[in-house]
Amino acid sequence: MSQQNYFGQSDMAKGLVESIKRHAVKEARYMEFCGSHTVAIMKNGLRQLLPHNLTLTSGPGCPVCVTDNSELDKAIALAKIPDVIVASFGDMVRVPGSHSNLQEAKAGGSDIRIVYSPLDALQIARTNPDKALIFIAVGFETTAPTVAASVMQAKQEGLRNYYILSLHKVCPPVIKALLDSGEVNLQGLICPGHVSAVIGAKAWDFIAKDYGIPCVVAGFEALDILQCIDMLAQQTAKGEASVEIAYKRSVTHDGNITAQRILEHVFEPCNASWRGMGEVPGSGLKLRAEFAAYDAEKNFEFDPGPTKAQKGCICGEVLRGVKIPPECKLFRKVCTPKNPIGPCMVSSEGSCAAYYHYGEVND
Amino acid sequence: MTEKILLAHGSGGSLSHDIVNEGILSLLGNPILNKLDDSAVFDVKGKVAFTTDSHVVQPIFFPGGDIGRLSVCGTVNDLSVMGATPLYLSLALIIEEGLPKEDLKKVISSIKEAAEEAGVRIVTGDTKVVNRGNVDKLFINTAGIGIIADGVDISGHNARPGNRVILSGTIGDHGIAVLSKREGIGFETKLESDIAPLNIMTAEMMQASAKINCMRDPTRGGLSSTLNEIAEQSGVSIRIDEEKIPVRREVAAACEMLGLDPLYIANEGKLVAVVEAEDADKILAQMKKNKYGQNAAIIGEVTEKHAAKVTLKTALGTSRIVDMLVGEPLPRIC
Repeated sequence: MSQQNYFGQSDMAKGLVESIKRHAVKEARYMEFCGSHTVAIMKNGLRQLLPHNLTLTSGPGCPVCVTDNSELDKAIALAKIPDVIVASFGDMVRVPGSHSNLQEAKAGGSDIRIVYSPLDALQIARTNPDKALIFIAVGFETTAPTVAASVMQAKQEGLRNYYILSLHKVCPPVIKALLDSGEVNLQGLICPGHVSAVIGAKAWDFIAKDYGIPCVVAGFEALDILQCIDMLAQQTAKGEASVEIAYKRSVTHDGNITAQRILEHVFEPCNASWRGMGEVPGSGLKLRAEFAAYDAEKNFEFDPGPTKAQKGCICGEVLRGVKIPPECKLFRKVCTPKNPIGPCMVSSEGSCAAYYHYGEVND
Repeated sequence: MTEKILLAHGSGGSLSHDIVNEGILSLLGNPILNKLDDSAVFDVKGKVAFTTDSHVVQPIFFPGGDIGRLSVCGTVNDLSVMGATPLYLSLALIIEEGLPKEDLKKVISSIKEAAEEAGVRIVTGDTKVVNRGNVDKLFINTAGIGIIADGVDISGHNARPGNRVILSGTIGDHGIAVLSKREGIGFETKLESDIAPLNIMTAEMMQASAKINCMRDPTRGGLSSTLNEIAEQSGVSIRIDEEKIPVRREVAAACEMLGLDPLYIANEGKLVAVVEAEDADKILAQMKKNKYGQNAAIIGEVTEKHAAKVTLKTALGTSRIVDMLVGEPLPRIC
């Protein structure tokens, strides 16, 4: 009856933990790139099960968290234009920009709607032909194909009032930037499950080949992650570095070719600003010239004003894996889910929120 | 006869009377309501419990129920978990113009059915119709009163270290059933909402034992919020065991897919009871005899107060904090 019996976790987990302990003969630091992995690790208290010579570090894989202040300011400025409806995923409306957030803009009279999918945004555009609908498009390669499909659909229908503000980011370039910075010394990468379902496990080949770092794609259940860690530990022990998949029910080597084609049809790579990392070459997605009519940045005049960083907030360092949330002076004291100072406390996939909600217990 | 509700139906004039007489009284009528005076008048003896709840669920029809059943069960359950016997409910409808009359009829029929099941009567009410867009189809407020027998003292303040925590069944059924029908998320599932009036079960529990210290129905915010509230009010901590918490496969699978946690998902036909340890098994056995308590389980215990109000022993044997929900649980983007 219980969820745990359904997933048969208890016994299998014990077996995996034993196996990890056998294989973890060397000191190693593994980074979970994806925010959903951070949440699953905290929620299941997985660190408590690992041998002391294995360290897990959180990475920049939370699409809401890495959205830069300058990008949020754009969204807020767009929302203030008369006759504009802004549609956004729920988490985004609470993320503080330089001076304010979308929630405050909404309370101030801007028409901001929360949607679960860009296809909902498209529907709002259809039913409000006298208004302009701007969808705040955040997300990695997981979300971008659906947004691309919404733009193609708008074009096909001849919808003239649907726009997107593309704040999309892609993952491989930012991992490359992170490794090139030399700030974190990693012996393994827990690769994102859903991103890999789209772009394929092959996207990580360069990390194993060029950097000699083992890569394993993981799912989001405790067992998936333990299996992934075990596979990484085995590679570490043998001194090997290859790309493996511990999430075969969703991920293949080549990924979802249809989704990749749709994405490439509508978007092209561009430089993008990541919170805490600055501009990373080729890590963003912008609409191709033939879809410029749907690009909010090209079709509206707006002034987002000067960008300002949150004082004392270390979200940037947390996203780079250099620090953990409890090392922030604001954590739990000033910065809480009710009063978030930085985005990592807002997003349900954010590291700070995960540490806040699921902090481990030692009694 | 038009098939949709018009603004004029809320004018207070003859069209309003049509709605009240044809649509409502014909189904919900009883000697107190039928008088149609400005207030319901009746006698009560003893300690009175009084509660109110507004229902704005969207969509108004969902697998396993609708806003009508919800509006009765919500209020009946708020009274029941205080140890009260629910007696009378008020019913206020705020209707968006254009609502199909058929929909209203279905909702009122559900109200009738739920009220009959719970043995409560609707004794007063109000109907308003507002411009399109001012509400989403239909909002319902109900208030209710019930009687608490002498000597019964059930409250969120009464949990004591050593007490056992009993959960009446699977969690997350309602929230996931409703989510499955919500625009933009829709997914196929046979899962149904658990909405149910719990007053018969609470009466049976109290009959079985006088050692029930608190009861609460974990609606919005889910089990985690309810346990945090009880711990806060009573100045104690609560430790629960993940493996003991019943979760349906469909709910577990939907939560995995959407990145949600069943502990935070709403229920409408479940209760948590904090009871003295020596009577826990007896109360559990009694609950299991009721159709709404078949999957009941002892899921944890109350401890002395620690820094963390509620902690969970995971299926893997690790421990973590179970925090209160902040804002709506949102499906993950990634």
